[in-house]
Amino acid sequence: MSEKKKKQNVRQLIEEKNKSQNFNRKLEKSIPVLLFLIASLSVLTTIGIVYILVSESFHFFKEVSIVSFFTGTVLKPLSQNPQFGVLPLLMGTLTSTFIAILVALPIGLMSAIYLSEYAPNNVRKICKPILEVLAGIPTIVYGFFAFTFVTPLLKYVIPGLDATNILSPGIVMGIMIIPMIASLSEDAMTAVPNSMREGALAMGSTKLEVVFKVIIPAALSGIIASIVLAISRAIGETMIVTIASGSSKNFTFDITQSMQTMTAYIVEVTGGDAPAGSTIYYSLYAVAMTLFIFTLLMNLSATYIAKKWKEEYE
Amino acid sequence: MATIKYIDVIQVEKRMNMRVMVNTIARALFLLATCFGIIVLAILLYRVFSEGLSWININFLTNKLSTDPAIAGILGAILGTVWLMIVVAPVTMILGIGTAIYLELYAKKGFIQTLIRTNIANLAGVPSIVYGILGMTVFVRALGMGNIVLAGGLTMSLLILPITIVASQEAIRAVPSHLSEGSYGMGATKWQTIKNIILPAAIPSILTGAILSLSRAIGETAPLVVIGIPALLIPLPGSIMDKFTVLPMQIYYWTLDSTMVAEYANLAAATIIVLLVLLLILNMTAIIIRNKYQKTY
Repeated sequence: MSEKKKKQNVRQLIEEKNKSQNFNRKLEKSIPVLLFLIASLSVLTTIGIVYILVSESFHFFKEVSIVSFFTGTVLKPLSQNPQFGVLPLLMGTLTSTFIAILVALPIGLMSAIYLSEYAPNNVRKICKPILEVLAGIPTIVYGFFAFTFVTPLLKYVIPGLDATNILSPGIVMGIMIIPMIASLSEDAMTAVPNSMREGALAMGSTKLEVVFKVIIPAALSGIIASIVLAISRAIGETMIVTIASGSSKNFTFDITQSMQTMTAYIVEVTGGDAPAGSTIYYSLYAVAMTLFIFTLLMNLSATYIAKKWKEEYE
Repeated sequence: MATIKYIDVIQVEKRMNMRVMVNTIARALFLLATCFGIIVLAILLYRVFSEGLSWININFLTNKLSTDPAIAGILGAILGTVWLMIVVAPVTMILGIGTAIYLELYAKKGFIQTLIRTNIANLAGVPSIVYGILGMTVFVRALGMGNIVLAGGLTMSLLILPITIVASQEAIRAVPSHLSEGSYGMGATKWQTIKNIILPAAIPSILTGAILSLSRAIGETAPLVVIGIPALLIPLPGSIMDKFTVLPMQIYYWTLDSTMVAEYANLAAATIIVLLVLLLILNMTAIIIRNKYQKTY
C-alpha cells in the first residue's frame, strides 16, 4: 500500500517536473517575443508621430497651398479671410533661438574651458553639480522668471520694451541651455588626451594658448555637436516663449516686440478650443511638422558631426 | 665681429609678460562666466522664495483652487501630480526596462537593433510639445479618453521613455559578465539569469534613472497644455479616469493671469516652491538609492 503510494508520488513528481519544464521552456521562448514587442513600441511612437503630422498636415495643405504656407508673411488664422503664412512663426523661433545662443555660446564655452582646463578639482566638484541644477529646473519656472523678473529688469534699460517681447525669453532660454553647452563641451575637452596638453605646455605655451591652439581644435566636433543640440533644444522650447513672448504674430526684426514662435502657436491653438476639422486645427499639424523637421535635422547633424569629424587620438 | 643673437632675451621677456598677463585675464574671465550661471540660479531662487514663501501655509496646501487669491490652494494640483505619477511610474518602468533588456541581452547585432537604437536617440530629441500633439491626437481624440489622468500619463510616459531606456541600458551594461556567466555555469536559463542575477544587480541604477526621468515628467508642462488641461475649477481627481490639473499647469495659469491680479504671481511663486521641493526630494531619493545600494564589482 505504502509502496504503491510512493510509486504514484514519484510518477506525479516526474509529471510535475515535466510540466514545469515545459512551462519554463515556453516562458524562455515567449520572453524574447514579449520584450521585442515592448521594444518596438518606441519605433511605433516615431511612426505614430510622423504619420499623424503628415496625414493631418495633408488635410491642411488641401486648403492652403504649400507655397503660400512657407512663403506667407502674414498669419491671421482667426480673421474673416484667414491667412496662413508660417514665416512670422519661423521668424519668432529663429530670433529667440539666436538670442539664446548669443547668451549661451560664450558663457557656456567659457565655463567649459574653465571647468576642464583651469579649475582645481575641488572647485569643479562644487561648480558642476550647481550647473546641473540649472539644467534640472522645469522650464515653466524659467518662464515665470522671464515674465516677472527679466522683462521688468530689461525695461529699465530699454524703456520701449513691450510687456511681452522676444528678447527676455530669448535671454532666459540662453541661461537654460548654458549647462547643456557647458557640460557637453567640457566632456569633449576632457576627452583630449593629457599628453597633448603636456606637450604644448612643455613647448612653453601658456594655458590659454594650449586651450585655443590644442584643446579646442581637438575637441571641435564635440563642441559643435553640443551647440547644434542646444539650438535644437531652443527651437523646441515652449513654455518660456509662450509665457513671456505673447501671441502677436509679428513679422519683424524688432526684438523689443512680441513675436510668436512655432511652439507658442501650437499652445495657443490647442488652448483656444479650435474645433476639430477646421483649417486652424489642421494648421497646428503643419506648424508642428515644420518644427519636427527642424529639430530632427538638427539632432541628426549633431550625431553626424560628433561621429564623422571626431579626431581620434591615442 | 658682431655677436649673432639667436634669441632676443628682452624681446622674449616682453612678449612673455604679455602672454602671461593675457592668460591671467582670460582665466578670470572664464571663472566669471562659470559664476554667471550660479549667480543667475541664486537670483532665480531668491526671487521665487521672496515672492512665494510667505504664501505657503497649511491652507494653501489643503485648499481647493479658487479665484480669490486669499483662499486659493493647490490640493487639486498636488493630487493631480500624484495621480499622474501613479500612471507614469509603472508604465515607463515596464516599457523602459523591457526595452533595455531586449536591446542589451536579446537583440542580435544587426538591422533591427540599429533601427531601435537610432530611433530612441532621435526620440530623445523630439520637442515635448510634439509628444503633446501625439497624445492629444491618439489618446484624447482618437481613443476618446478626453483630457483625463490616463491620457496625460501615457503621453508623459512616452516622453520620458527614451531617457528611462538609456539609463536602464547603462545599468544593465554595468553588471559584470562574470555574474551572469556564473549563473549560466550553474545551469540556469537565460531568463532565470536575467530575473535572478542581472536585474537584482542592476535595479538600484535603474531606479535612480527612473526617478530622475520621473522628475522630468513632474516638471513638464507643454504636453499637458496641448492635451488641454482646463484652467477652470475642477473636482479633485479620485482615479485615473478623472480630469486633473498638475503643479506646472497651475504655475502656468497663475503666471499668465498675474497681469490681472497681482497676487497670482505670489501664488505662482509659492507653487514653484512646492514643485522645487518635490523635485529636490525625488533627486535626493535617487542619490541616496545610488549611494546606498549600488555595489561596485
